[in-house]
Amino acid sequence: MTTGAMLLEAACAAGWNGLLTRSVGPQIRGGEAAALVRLAVEPVECLADHFDLLVGIDWMNAQRFEAEIPLHPGAIIVNDPAVGEPPAAMRAAAGRVIELPITALIKANPAWRANMIALGATAELLGLDSEVLHALISKRFSDKGESVVAASVAAIEAGAAAMAAEAGVAKLARAQKTDVRRWLITGNEATALGALRGGIRFAAAYPITPASEILEWLAPNLPKVGGALVQAEDELASINMIIGSSYGGVPSITATSGPGFSLMIEALGLATAAEVPIVVVNVMRGGPSTGIPTKSEQADLNIAVYGLHGDAPHIVVAPQSVPDCLLTTQWATHLAESLQTAAIVLSDQFVGQAQVAVSRPADVAFIGQRLKATQFEEPYKRYALGGNGVSPMAIPGTRGGQYTADGLTHTERGTPTSGGRDHLAQLDKRRDKLDLHDYGGLWATLEGEGEIAVLTWGSLTGAVREAIARAARDGVKVRLIAPRLLMPVRPAEMAAALEGVTRLLVVEQTHSAQFHRYLRAHYTLPANTSVFHRPGPLPMRPGEIHRQIMQGAAS
Amino acid sequence: MSGPVDAVKVSSPAELYALAYEIETDAVERYKLLADQMQAHNNSELNRIFLDLARAEGIHAAEIQRMAGERGLDAQRAPIGAWRTESPEAVDLAAAHYLLTPVEALQMALAGEERALAFYTGLAAEATDPAVKKLLKEFVAEETEHVELCHRLIRRYSTGSEHPEDLDPPWAVD
Amino acid sequence: MSATVPLACKPGDYKSDTKPIWCPGCGDYHVLLSITRAFAALNLPPEQLAVVSGIGCSSRIPAYTSCYGFHGVHGRSLAVGAGLKVARPDMTVVVASGDGDGYSIGGNHFMHACRRNVDLTYIVMDNHIYGMTKGQPSPTTEPDFDTALSPGGTGLRPFNPLVIALASGANFIARAFSGHVNETAKIIVEAVHHPGFSFVEILSPCVTYRPDQRAWKDCVRSAPVEPTDDAARAARRLMTDDGFNLGVLYRGDRWPYQPRAAATVTDLAEFEKGFEI
Repeated sequence: MTTGAMLLEAACAAGWNGLLTRSVGPQIRGGEAAALVRLAVEPVECLADHFDLLVGIDWMNAQRFEAEIPLHPGAIIVNDPAVGEPPAAMRAAAGRVIELPITALIKANPAWRANMIALGATAELLGLDSEVLHALISKRFSDKGESVVAASVAAIEAGAAAMAAEAGVAKLARAQKTDVRRWLITGNEATALGALRGGIRFAAAYPITPASEILEWLAPNLPKVGGALVQAEDELASINMIIGSSYGGVPSITATSGPGFSLMIEALGLATAAEVPIVVVNVMRGGPSTGIPTKSEQADLNIAVYGLHGDAPHIVVAPQSVPDCLLTTQWATHLAESLQTAAIVLSDQFVGQAQVAVSRPADVAFIGQRLKATQFEEPYKRYALGGNGVSPMAIPGTRGGQYTADGLTHTERGTPTSGGRDHLAQLDKRRDKLDLHDYGGLWATLEGEGEIAVLTWGSLTGAVREAIARAARDGVKVRLIAPRLLMPVRPAEMAAALEGVTRLLVVEQTHSAQFHRYLRAHYTLPANTSVFHRPGPLPMRPGEIHRQIMQGAAS
Repeated sequence: MSGPVDAVKVSSPAELYALAYEIETDAVERYKLLADQMQAHNNSELNRIFLDLARAEGIHAAEIQRMAGERGLDAQRAPIGAWRTESPEAVDLAAAHYLLTPVEALQMALAGEERALAFYTGLAAEATDPAVKKLLKEFVAEETEHVELCHRLIRRYSTGSEHPEDLDPPWAVD
Repeated sequence: MSATVPLACKPGDYKSDTKPIWCPGCGDYHVLLSITRAFAALNLPPEQLAVVSGIGCSSRIPAYTSCYGFHGVHGRSLAVGAGLKVARPDMTVVVASGDGDGYSIGGNHFMHACRRNVDLTYIVMDNHIYGMTKGQPSPTTEPDFDTALSPGGTGLRPFNPLVIALASGANFIARAFSGHVNETAKIIVEAVHHPGFSFVEILSPCVTYRPDQRAWKDCVRSAPVEPTDDAARAARRLMTDDGFNLGVLYRGDRWPYQPRAAATVTDLAEFEKGFEI
């Protein structure tokens, strides 16, 4: 794992863009593990269709990764003959096997580490400057002592030397060094930073794969800005804690994944009814039930959009790439605070846990602005009707603003009632404040033109964009439509986006085509609409989407 | 009776005023709460009776305040009554029911008044300060009147006021 | 609006103009009197007090006060209260609950709130029954109490909330009886003043489903012991009492949980450094 991260960091330092995901066995430690890295000169948002290089340190249980690591016909496998053979299917798919005597090298030099030898070999095959790696080694291992640094450098050199004689290996195109500040960041980290930038100052946390890194990033950093993170006893507590803190005037967040999200549903309804702003990040994993914790899927769309009982308008947004996690979470915080409601960020395991090397994302100005009540007419009406539906909220401690926030159907003052008039008025209020808001251009990513369009969402956007670029090279013009805002729906904007589209391909990663059903429920789609959907755990690749586009274009 | 009552010693008129004021305001609070309950349960007759009782106790409290002068009261006023436990006149809210009859309500009030009478009578017997003793005798006379008033009212309402059968099943509300 | 806070608050200042709706005779009316008297004694302006609740008869209480209130979902009041207090340490937070809301659906939160020791006061109005849903057995219902949902009784041993509070780390444990309004108010004042998580269990009879609880007033007594700070002694005391000993039974000295600290970073760009290459 360290090797993969170091390779990405070194490539990033050398000016490449890249993306790293991991795949591991069920063991907590010491199990089979693969670091999947894609490097390119241009920005990288998804995994490629195939891998060009497979470096095996050992092959124990490596057959488990066969489906996940499709090899290009010309791919190279680097193999230590002392640890056995790569799985037959992988061997058969690859074009060439190069021997790297890792075990023999370590036997001669016990201070060397296998992963450093492998890293040196990989760098050499890719054409990565050894100075960049040396600098990285010094940075990473300096606290472990000079001897460790020296041994690591020597191991890397040895690995590189072993590959130096290999002829006919295509190197990566040289990256252009620029002055642009570059980041190495995961989607979960970007989500946490976006929350902080959006004004979040309180988080409640219950650990869950693959969302914990958001909470672990916030835990040490929230106190630095005067905030706090509390570890809760369960997800029921964590969401109710943030409702309490936000009721107290402090913008608040929690992050979870499917099983925990299911537990939060009741309180999400409370936040919408009591009009308490909260942000809930659901880093989707394979479902239902405990599902596949370490793999991605988009199948929590239904629960996020429709899961709440009663008519409970709320915000659902979905980040479209690793860096977009920052923007989208910041925006979600802004929306929750401005509209006094619950905002759900539907991230997923892929963007959440993928680490990318990217140019620093541009700053955006969204900071949570809650409309607060400071002057009070007697009696204070917390849930006053009128205007755009957003009523000024008294923050505890403010004199004269005392009210009781309530999940029961209530009057403008917050007094529980079962009266039809109040019920309707408050339902209208909560619907209108969301519907009437101007969400601006962020509601969706709209790219390209032409009569063919692909409609997708969330982390699939990157793969779709790449598929569309390939189609363009094939002479087929395709539009990309990817709503970032899933709730409330934007019928007028979607109609404009679909204007002139005669053939639509919906692409999503669910078993039951949840996104397509959602689109059909809320939007008017062209008569010629087809759906490409499949569940996880394998990530959606550009090639399979490209094939769908081309099949449609040919028919 | 609501709860146990402590033995209290009074050594000055100011202390006595503070004590009596607590007793009366506690009674006002309880009668108002009972009146609200009766209103919420559509028992308007009882609502009126409890409001009348609250008003009467309120007048008494105001009179004590006037006698003491505002300053005298505040200086003595403990945050939660003078009582470790309950005011002697405290009406037991637990005795209420939504089908409460006037006689039952007045019996609740009577029990409080009788305790207040006993309380002041006991204090009067023990008092050594002449000013305190004189005041206590006035209070005893006043409470005696209240007790008699309760008895008169009970006699007035007593015909045909059996506790009605409760045919109304409870609801599940929220 | 006056800039100064009136000092001599009266109990009535803490009552809202919403008329309480419980069954006449309910112990919760007494608890409301106790809470407003306690607030007056604390002499805090109503806007500095927050009363948080879940669902149940007892949970109606926030709206009956003139303080900031939160009436949330069933069983989660402690979580809401903890979030509020940690985010807003300047507020005085009182969480109100019942035996169903607090010990059954909210049981896990109860244990962890005791353990976490956030500086708030937890008042549970215990009547050994679900009142609002028409008389089903709660965790504190006696095993032989016959209900529609448990014909012939549950046969289950009742939950002992005070013992669980002690074992879980509550910093202050008291039992009160609703009928003793002033005594209860004084316990609440002490609970609010005591640092950390203060638990006040109030026996509050249900006249509708548990008319037998009218007898509680003759069963309760002041605990014939002084409060202790010795958890082992408190454990023996709580394990052996019959549930009718009133008063402060345990006072701990644990430091309250309050993670919120002063900011050390003002420029958020600082956080980007961790990602830069």
